[in-house]
Amino acid sequence: MGLFKASEQNQEQEQGTSLWKDAWIKLSKNYLALFGLSILGLLCLVSILTPWIAPYGYEEQNLILGATPPSLAHWLGTDIFGRDMLTRIMYGGRVSLTVGFIATAVALIIGVLWGAIAGFVGGRVDAVMMRIVDIMYALPFMIFIVLLMVVFGRNILLLFLAIGAVEWLTMARIVRSQVMSLRKQEFVEAAHSLGLSQWTIIRRHIIPNTLGPVIVYTTLTIPSVMLLEAFLSFLGLGIQPPQSSWGLLINYGVETMEEYPWLLIFPGVTLSLTLFALNFLGDGLRDALDPRTSKD
Amino acid sequence: MALLEVNGLSIYFHSRNGVVKAVDDVSFTVDAGETLAIVGESGSGKSVTCYSLLDLLPKPPAKIEAGTALFDGIDLLSCDAAQMRRFRSNDIAMIFQDPMTSLNPFISIGEQLIEPLIYNEDKSARLSRSDARLRAIELLDEVGIIDSEQRFDCFPHEFSGGMRQRVMIAMALINEPRLLICDEPTTALDVTIQAQILALIKTLQQKRDVAVIFISHDLGVVAGIADKIIVMCEGTVREANDAEGIFYRTEDDYTKKLLAAIPEGAKVMPNRAQVDNPLIKVQNLKTYFRDYSTTPAGHIKAVDGVSLEIQRGEILGLVGESGSGKSTLGRSILQLAPITAGSIHFDSIELNKLSPAKLVPWRRKMQMIFQDPYASLNPRMTVYQTLAEPLLYHSLANAKNIDQQVQQLMDDVGLARINMRKYPHEFSGGQRQRIAIGRAIATKPELIIADEPVSALDVTIQAQILDLILNLVEKHNLTMMFISHDLSVVRYISDRVVVMNKGVIIETGDTEALWADPQQQYTRDLLAAIPLADPKSERLRRLSR
Repeated sequence: MGLFKASEQNQEQEQGTSLWKDAWIKLSKNYLALFGLSILGLLCLVSILTPWIAPYGYEEQNLILGATPPSLAHWLGTDIFGRDMLTRIMYGGRVSLTVGFIATAVALIIGVLWGAIAGFVGGRVDAVMMRIVDIMYALPFMIFIVLLMVVFGRNILLLFLAIGAVEWLTMARIVRSQVMSLRKQEFVEAAHSLGLSQWTIIRRHIIPNTLGPVIVYTTLTIPSVMLLEAFLSFLGLGIQPPQSSWGLLINYGVETMEEYPWLLIFPGVTLSLTLFALNFLGDGLRDALDPRTSKD
Repeated sequence: MALLEVNGLSIYFHSRNGVVKAVDDVSFTVDAGETLAIVGESGSGKSVTCYSLLDLLPKPPAKIEAGTALFDGIDLLSCDAAQMRRFRSNDIAMIFQDPMTSLNPFISIGEQLIEPLIYNEDKSARLSRSDARLRAIELLDEVGIIDSEQRFDCFPHEFSGGMRQRVMIAMALINEPRLLICDEPTTALDVTIQAQILALIKTLQQKRDVAVIFISHDLGVVAGIADKIIVMCEGTVREANDAEGIFYRTEDDYTKKLLAAIPEGAKVMPNRAQVDNPLIKVQNLKTYFRDYSTTPAGHIKAVDGVSLEIQRGEILGLVGESGSGKSTLGRSILQLAPITAGSIHFDSIELNKLSPAKLVPWRRKMQMIFQDPYASLNPRMTVYQTLAEPLLYHSLANAKNIDQQVQQLMDDVGLARINMRKYPHEFSGGQRQRIAIGRAIATKPELIIADEPVSALDVTIQAQILDLILNLVEKHNLTMMFISHDLSVVRYISDRVVVMNKGVIIETGDTEALWADPQQQYTRDLLAAIPLADPKSERLRRLSR
């Protein structure tokens, strides 16, 4: 396989044609997707640089100041403890984006591989693998997380894993149903008759053809994971104050919506912006990865 | 005045990429009791022409630019929706190509049959359910459904393809239409069933004096039933004449090309088969599939005790109707379908005894060409990737010479090199089949099994691909098993023929000997059902039946 891989790269350099390279060319012509990509890039950049560029410390309270609307000193206002909202949102983004991306990546990798193998191999293997998925589905999610927390202790990494471990189930089912119809296709049979190994067939012929629904589902998973984190944190199982995340900020914002609307509006707008960006990018990626959509 | 009079019909499709003239200034007439055949290859506009008569085109993108279609003096193209519904329910009926997808799988065929009777547009003409049922059963009898009273309550999946098409015909005739449009009604059917359906349409037409428009890509099929033929290409009428004029006094070059492309007669290439030097030896092969539809679960005996040999250098034709097990036999030989019993030898190696890992070097030596060039190529791989994959995987090329090797393959199968970076959807069916053939010969195989490689292609393309296959067989010294339901194609390409039915071999023989003197009744029936591209002999044959 070593030779195969090396020559594959070589071929891309010389030919400039591979699914991914073509996809990038197409994506770079899709302004909406590029807009989404740059918003996401900006948010990530800000999150990474937050400890150096944030105007205040995230736990810096000013109880005398209390909740104030946006002003020159505090662009997005302060919360009831007098903490700067801009700072809190910036620090919150670090948690939310990490949870969103890592948990989704976990779900994506496990789900796609699990579903692809179950659907492709079929028979008993499929039955056993999908029953495991069913059992996981049947487990009450909260009990599962609480159990994990009790056994392994509270840990932000564990939170990523726990959320990812729940979200992959649906992904596995989507991929499996795709693969089941794909494996009967003649091009897969042709790959068999070329003598390609099962793993090569899955990697080169099956998975690329499941990308459309997978990408759409991924862009839906990221925001739902962010909200899940907020829910867990709200119950005291996730992030704890004075740390913050967008989900938590929104939760607190809802409680004081009538007196201090800016506490809800700004984190809400940030989250919505992220979701818009993700959806634009997701749609763009789906089109770009399908050679059948026109090249112009 | 003719029943239907189409004048200067032009239909354009407007898309982002410009305007396509799907139908351009087409005129024809059809009289009661007359059959007009519209013949053309895919994209010729033959279906679009007829769909426009019943207002079945998607508009936009389609737009009727000019022309009239007078049915009984009323213009079908400009009448309002209510009037069109009356025409559809009472005067003009249509039969589609695929009888499976044009019947609703959730409603019994009887229910679907009586629908137009009990929900007639004209309230006074509505029948009661029991009257409608009687009428439908009568009609089912007429189209040759046995036990029509019991079959009335059956669902579409309980009928075979041919029977379903009979139901479709009954459905089309239920309101006694005056014009019947048949859109490739026999293309999806086996050759013997096709002959039956064609005969049925002809008899029903004569009995009821309806006008028929028969759309087909196959001049052979229409030879026996058409009174008039128009040949269409790229939206325009190339030639219009009575049937004998088209066949015996051909004027247009395109029509001549179509006629020449019909595979006829014996193989042109010499027989290269070596004597008593089999490459493949199949002994008492059985391939069963589990059948879960019965209780307890039984077996479908797709291949049931087949023994045959393929000599080196031979082109062996494998003929059979759908369900005969011919494809399963091909897949079993290639170890793509697990076998139940028997043995398959490649040279002296018993393939079915090898583990998957040990089989890999043998897989390289035997390849397959599939029927559907749309499904057999990975839509997300470029031509380059598709062709390079087998070369690299089997280390037949390295990073240095891979480009040159792929180009060589493309030259071999007649694809321009500039197409290297394109994806399958950017090619026509024939070009795709060339890519698939290129992939099959990439590994320098000794055996190729071609499963209906030209069935999905237009007749002129079909001729090109057949010649390409013959050339490649000679150039690369290949042994081939050619699976097809089309006997003319098999005769054109094979040295020896095996006839299969219901999982067993009926007859084997050298091609010409078998054609001249078939030993078995089944083979005789098959040969008799081939439509001839010759109106006179077709008519004689029908009379003698």
